[in-house]
Amino acid sequence: MLRETIRLALSAIFRNTMRSFLTVLGIVIGVAAVIAMVTVGQGSQQQVTKDIEKLGTNTLMVMPGQGGMRSGGFTSDRAFTRRDAEAIESELSSVRIAAPYSTSMITAIYGSENHLTGLAGADTSLLDAMDWPVRLGRRFTGAEERAGRAVCLIGETVRGKLFGNVDPLGHSIRLKALSCEVIGVLDAKGVSSFGEDQDDLVLLPLRSYQRRIAGNDEVALIYVSVREGVSTDRAAREIQALMRERRRISLGEEDDFSVMDMKQIASILSGITAVLTGLLSSVAAVSLVVGGIGIMNIMLVSVTERTREIGIRLAVGAQAGQVLMQFLVEAIVLSLMGGALGIALGLGLAALAARLLSIPFTPDPLVVLLAVGFSGGVGVIFGYFPARRAARMDPIQALRHE
Amino acid sequence: MSDGAPQIQLRGICRYYGAGETEVRALDDVDLTIRSGEFVAIMGPSGSGKSTAMNVIGCLDTPTAGSYHFEGVEVGDLDQDQRALLRRHYLGFVFQGYNLLARSTALENVELPLIYKGMARDERIARAREALSRVGLADRWHHDPSELSGGQQQRVAIARALAGRPDVLLADEPTGNLDSAKSREIMELLSDLNRQDGLTIVMVTHEEDMAAYAGRLVTFLDGRIASDAPTRRAGG
Ligand SMILES: Nc1ncnc2c1ncn2[C@@H]1O[C@H](COP(=O)(O)OP(=O)(O)OP(=O)(O)O)[C@@H](O)[C@H]1O
Ligand SMILES: [Mg+2]
Repeated sequence: MLRETIRLALSAIFRNTMRSFLTVLGIVIGVAAVIAMVTVGQGSQQQVTKDIEKLGTNTLMVMPGQGGMRSGGFTSDRAFTRRDAEAIESELSSVRIAAPYSTSMITAIYGSENHLTGLAGADTSLLDAMDWPVRLGRRFTGAEERAGRAVCLIGETVRGKLFGNVDPLGHSIRLKALSCEVIGVLDAKGVSSFGEDQDDLVLLPLRSYQRRIAGNDEVALIYVSVREGVSTDRAAREIQALMRERRRISLGEEDDFSVMDMKQIASILSGITAVLTGLLSSVAAVSLVVGGIGIMNIMLVSVTERTREIGIRLAVGAQAGQVLMQFLVEAIVLSLMGGALGIALGLGLAALAARLLSIPFTPDPLVVLLAVGFSGGVGVIFGYFPARRAARMDPIQALRHE
Repeated sequence: MSDGAPQIQLRGICRYYGAGETEVRALDDVDLTIRSGEFVAIMGPSGSGKSTAMNVIGCLDTPTAGSYHFEGVEVGDLDQDQRALLRRHYLGFVFQGYNLLARSTALENVELPLIYKGMARDERIARAREALSRVGLADRWHHDPSELSGGQQQRVAIARALAGRPDVLLADEPTGNLDSAKSREIMELLSDLNRQDGLTIVMVTHEEDMAAYAGRLVTFLDGRIASDAPTRRAGG
């Protein structure tokens, strides 16, 4: 009998193609939206958390201007020089390394390949401060740094784009008019919480950068690694005092530079992501409700037709329980079909978004279950209860239903 | 023809709609006994309570008062599911307005009562097609009601009522939408079933010609039975 009931339900579903389609659509949209949004939200939050953990060591960023990250490196405020970094490192015991560096965008060319990438002028001190090993080849020597030689280290992305399967060591790439020899490849770092590919860069000794690319002796940023056991707050305060002194800022005046705690930035970012995830989830919840209302509407609109159908079935000898079982199975089959489609679509969208945003793809079975349960529940409730009312009537009453 | 046991027994059946000022007495103290194997025609003006009486006899409606015995069982004592079983196994009903399932083929409509009889699919389809061919619709089984004429829909409704091989056929104006040739064919079919299989038939009609096929004519007026007598056929 159950097989017969399922067969009946299926034939009823395909008999009312439009109604079934609209019902399923509501479920599909609701489920897909929730799964996609929540999965993306959770993925980006996980990414940020991972990034914060990766930052690990206590690092500070000193940059000109008060704008913080916004104007970092591109400000009209007085730039730093190499000597500022040297002073921070040598005069402050709280500082382990202060690495000066400047960045810009540049097209790197090798043979017929070219690739727009980030160019950083920095010495090996930056690699030390960031704990960033060289995977292949070697780092700059002190002599190369002092002389401003045309040698460079490249990130994994740049290596892949320009060299493919070719061993890059010993070959020269062209940066504007400068031809420089690749002496090493940096370890792959992946994508940062800011969404940038950290391996998409070319590293030139700071002096080479200043002389041959920038044409001045400015330093855009100073990356500071704080000594173990020292609080970043204390280091930041000391750097602030030192820089005020070096830049001769008098007592009442504002700083014309800022000292940022990387961890602070990351946690602000993580907070933003959490808010965004919440926002996404509420949008998802709304679409679930909208989907639910859609399902409800279809079911309620078809109540008259369904009630008449129930009347006919009762009149030819169906018992209320049989009719209800049929309607229940019909609603469940519809929900399952819609749920499956919704899950497929939602996970597909989430996977796509995860790839585009370079965040982990972490579907949450609980959310999937919740979404399907809700939509299915709405379908079952609004399909079942009007049916139950109709099935309890005298057949003639159900047949006359307006 | 009418010497079987009392099969349908209405005693003081009333069916009122509404209450107070607007109360309508669709059936008002109706007594009616129909024996197994009878062919009864019901006539009467529009609104005289014919359909209401059929619905009560068909266990589709609950009377306001009175008692209804079917095969000696008091229907009023049965619960909803038991009445469903009664409809399923003993009764075939042709509605005045057909009441076919929309978006289902003629065949599926005729199959419907057989599904609830628990009949296997192959047998069901064979039976349904046989019933359809008996009413002259063998070639129309795959059409939806919306693709059939009024007369064809009516014949599908008749086929549905007959497919389950009921003991009692209750037909509310079964030829109302048929031309006289088709009407006669249907009436011949019903007469055959009545004579050969002993099918009890209660039929509402507006046409004297159709009533003449029956052995007994009951006339309704204002919710009451105005006359009840054998027809000329029975007499002659
Ligand atoms: N659901 C209802 N609510 C209120 N009054 C009703 C209802 N059904 C029937 N009636 C009334 O009961 C009376 C009998 O109706 P019924 O349908 O039995 O008439 P009928 O003899 O079958 O008429 P017709 O020949 O037109 O089919 C009518 O006055 C009708 O208006
Ligand atoms: Mg009527």
